Amino acid sequence: MSVALDARIPDGPIAEKWDNHKFSVKLVNPANKRRFKILVVGTGLAGASAAASLAELGYKVEAFTFHDSPRRAHSIAAQGGINAAKNYRNDGDSVYRLFYDTVKGGDYRSREANVYRLSQVSLNIIDQCAAQGVPFAREYGGLLANRSFGGAQVSRTFYARGQTGQQLLLGAYQAMASQIAAGGVTLHNRTDVLDIVVKDGEAVGIVTRDLLTGEVRAHSGHAVVLATGGYGNVYYLSTNAMNCNVTAAWRAHRRGAAFANPCYTQIHPTCIPASDEFQSKLTLMSESLRNDGRIWVPRNSDDARAAADIGDADRYYFLEEKYPAFGNLVPRDVASRNAKTVVDQGLGVGPLRNGVYLDFADVIARDGESVVREKYGNLLDMYERITGEDPYRSPMRIYPATHYTMGGLWVDYNLMTNVPGLYALGECNFSDHGANRLGASALMQGLADGYFVLPYTIGDYLAPKLGAAPVPTDDPAFAAAVAEVDDRTRGWLAKRGTKSVDHYHRELGKIVWEYCGMARNRTGLEKALSEIPALREEFRANVKVLGSADTTNQSLEQVNRVDDFMEMAELKVRDALHREESCGGHFREEHQTPEGEALRDDENFSYVAAWDWQGPDQPQELVKEPLEFENVKLTQRSYK
Amino acid sequence: MSAGNGHQATMRLKLRIWRQAGPDEPGSFLDVDAHDIPEDCSFLEMLDIVNERLMDDDIEPVTFAHDCREGICGTCGVMINGRPHGPEKATATCQLHMRKFRDGDEIVIEPFRAASFPVIKDLMVDRRAFDRIIESGGFISAPTGTAPDANEIPVPKDVADFAMDAAACIGCGACVAACPNSAAQLFTAAKLGHLNVLPQGQPERWRRAEAMVETMESFFGSCTNHGECTEACPKEISLDFIAVLNRDYLKAKVKNRRLASQT
Repeated sequence: MSVALDARIPDGPIAEKWDNHKFSVKLVNPANKRRFKILVVGTGLAGASAAASLAELGYKVEAFTFHDSPRRAHSIAAQGGINAAKNYRNDGDSVYRLFYDTVKGGDYRSREANVYRLSQVSLNIIDQCAAQGVPFAREYGGLLANRSFGGAQVSRTFYARGQTGQQLLLGAYQAMASQIAAGGVTLHNRTDVLDIVVKDGEAVGIVTRDLLTGEVRAHSGHAVVLATGGYGNVYYLSTNAMNCNVTAAWRAHRRGAAFANPCYTQIHPTCIPASDEFQSKLTLMSESLRNDGRIWVPRNSDDARAAADIGDADRYYFLEEKYPAFGNLVPRDVASRNAKTVVDQGLGVGPLRNGVYLDFADVIARDGESVVREKYGNLLDMYERITGEDPYRSPMRIYPATHYTMGGLWVDYNLMTNVPGLYALGECNFSDHGANRLGASALMQGLADGYFVLPYTIGDYLAPKLGAAPVPTDDPAFAAAVAEVDDRTRGWLAKRGTKSVDHYHRELGKIVWEYCGMARNRTGLEKALSEIPALREEFRANVKVLGSADTTNQSLEQVNRVDDFMEMAELKVRDALHREESCGGHFREEHQTPEGEALRDDENFSYVAAWDWQGPDQPQELVKEPLEFENVKLTQRSYK
Repeated sequence: MSAGNGHQATMRLKLRIWRQAGPDEPGSFLDVDAHDIPEDCSFLEMLDIVNERLMDDDIEPVTFAHDCREGICGTCGVMINGRPHGPEKATATCQLHMRKFRDGDEIVIEPFRAASFPVIKDLMVDRRAFDRIIESGGFISAPTGTAPDANEIPVPKDVADFAMDAAACIGCGACVAACPNSAAQLFTAAKLGHLNVLPQGQPERWRRAEAMVETMESFFGSCTNHGECTEACPKEISLDFIAVLNRDYLKAKVKNRRLASQT
C-alpha cells in the first residue's frame, strides 16, 4: 500500500498564499508553548535557526548534534553568499524575479508556492542576520554591498568576504547559544541520531548514541525536526565535510517518510581537481570566482606549453563561446557539464589532465592584484595551500565535484514529511530547488526554513495536542527502537571482516560517481543497480571495525553511516533510471537537444518522485506529486 | 612537486603519535614508520593512510577530530612538533600538506594540551568551555522577527571590516594550546571584538564584556601578553582584539557598577 501525499498548498494567487496560510494555521498561545517539547536534529543553518526561533517563542527545544559544538556544522563552509530580493542595487530585482529565476534555475521541477515563499522571506533573512551582527560586506557609506552570483543577472547576493556561510552560521549558533543560556534550548553535543520513533503513525521521538560513552537512549518529544543536511557523501569524494551523512533522514525514510527526487545532485563547477588515490574530500572554490575568472582549456590537446605561454588564439574559452549572454556565469549544471565535455575530449589540464583553467590574468591586468586579493584573497590562498601553485601567477585548475543535493525527504507546504509530527528543513528536504539549485540559495533556504517558516507552521500540528504529554520513553515503541539501534551498532564489531569502512565507502563512491554522476545513461545505471547490492552484501559480511561500542570509536560512527549510504545509493540510481528525461543536475545522455543541452519531458515527468519504503526486502514504491505551474511558463532553459 | 605524468613523489616519515584510551587513562607514544606517503596529500590524509595500515595489523586506529578539511569548521587541530597546527603559518591542520615536510623527518603528534581541554581519546580533546563563553554573552539579542530593514543600521566599512577580521575566528583552540598559561584571551577577544564594535552590539556591550571575560577566567589561565596565540592562529586573529577586550572589560566594570548603583 502506498502513501497519499498532500502538499497542502494554500489556495489563492501566488503572492497571497503565504499570508493567507499564516492566518489560517492554528496558533499555540504564548503561555502554552512551554508545554511542548520539540526535538531538533542538526545544528547547521536550518537547525540552529529553528532551535533559536522556536525557543524564543517559548517552546522547549532539545537540539542534537554529532559535532563537539554546533558551530562546526557544514553550513560553515559555504563561501559565496546569500540571495535576497532587496533590490538595493536598483537593478530591477523583485520577489517575483527571484522566484522566477529560482523556478527556472531549478529547471521547472520545484513547487511554485514554496519557491515564492522562499523569495518573500529572503527579505526578512537579511534584516535578521544584519541585526544579529553578521559582518556583511559594506559600501563606504555604510550600507550593504551586493554582488551578482552564478546564474543571476541582478546583484542580489549579500556576502561576508568568502566566509558567508561561516558568519551566518555563527549568527544562528549565537542566537541558539543565548537560548541555551536562557534555558529554552537544551543541547546534546557529540550525539548521533540513529533512529526516529514512530507510534500510531506519528513521530514521537528519536534514538541517539552518545559518541563518547556509546550509550544508546531514547528522547521523546511532541515533534521531531530533522535539519541534517544532504546526502552528497554517497559519492565518497564531495565538497561535503567528512562526517556529513544521510543517516537520520534515511532512518526516517525507513520509518515511513517518503524520500523525494534522490537523483537530483548538484555538481559544483569550481572545485580543486583530485590529486591522488588517498584524496579524502574535494575542496570547493566559490563560484564567485567565475565573476572575474575566465574559464578555458587549450584548443589543442597536445599543447604542452605553460598556460601563460598559450596565446589567445589557442585558448578555448568554451563557456564564453557557447553562451555569449551568460558566458562564465551560466548556472552550475551547465558549467559543470561543459567542463566534463572538454575534459572527456582530452583537453583537460594538470598532471592528471582532469581539470580546466580558471584564469585571473585579465582581471589582474585590468584592476590590479590588490583588488583581486581584496575580493578573493582567502580563496586563492586556500588554493595555493592545497595545490602548492600560486593562482596570481598561473591559472587555477578546477573541475566539478558533488556539492549539494536537491533531493531529500518529501515535505508539504508546512515542511512536514508525510509522517505527522516529523519535519525536514534545509538541504535535508527536497522542496525549493527543483532539479538544480542556484548559487547563494542554499543559505537562503536553510535560514528561511528555520527562522521564518517552521516557527509559523509547526503550531498547526501542535495546537490540537495541547495537554497531551509526550509518549514516555519506556513505551514499547521506544524500547524496541533502542534495542534495534544497540544491536545494529554492536553487530558491526562482531563481523571481524578484512576491509575498512573507508574502503567500502570509496568503492561505493566510485560506482555512484561513474554511473550516476554528471551524466547518466540506462546501461550505466543498470550496471550500478547490480553492483551496489553486491557491494553492500560484501560490506555487511566483511567490514572490519575494531575497538569497543562503549567508548569513542570513529570507525563505528562511520560504519552505520556508510551502511545507510549503501541503501540510499540504490534508491538514487533507481530514481535516476526511472526519470527518462534530463533536467537540471540530472542529465540523461539519451535525452538531450542537438546542442547537447538537457531535454526535459514536461508531459511525462513534471512531478516530484517520492519513494515510499516498503521494507528491507522490497523496492520502494514510487508516488508522484504532480507539479503545476500557474505563474511561470515552462521553457527550454537557454543561456546563450 | 607532481612529476607531471600522474606519478607522485612519496616520502618516509618517523611518526610519534600520542595514544590515550580515555580521559583518565595513562597515555604513551606510538612509533610509526610511515612510508610511501604522497607529498601532495594533506596531513590528515597522511593520518588516514596510517590508520588504514594500523587496522590491517588489527590495531585500533588513532582517534583525531576532523570534519570539513578545508580549514573553516575548526574541528581539527593537533600539536605537530610542539606547535598547534604545525609549522605553516595561518594554516589549520587539515590544510597543512605533506610537501611542507622533508623525506625522513620525525614528526611528533600530540593533542592540544590545556587543563580546560581534557583529552577525550588519543588526539581528540573536549573544547566545550568555548561554548560556555559564547553562551555567557557572545551574541546580539535580536529575536527572530524583530529586525528593522538591514540598511537602517549603516555600519561604516572600516568598522565592518574590523568586525569581520575578528569574526573570522574558527574556534579551534590553537590559541589556548599555544599559550604558556592556557589562556583563552584571543578566542574571547575575537568574539568581543566582532560584536562590540558594531552599532548593533552597543546595547549589550558592557554586559557582554563583563560576562564573557569572567566566564573565560573561570575556565582558562591568565593572559601575560606572550603573543604565542596569534602566531598559532590559523586565521591570524590580531592581538589588537585583546587590547579591545581589556579596554572594554575595564570600562564595563566601571559602567556596570555605576548602572547598578543607579537602581
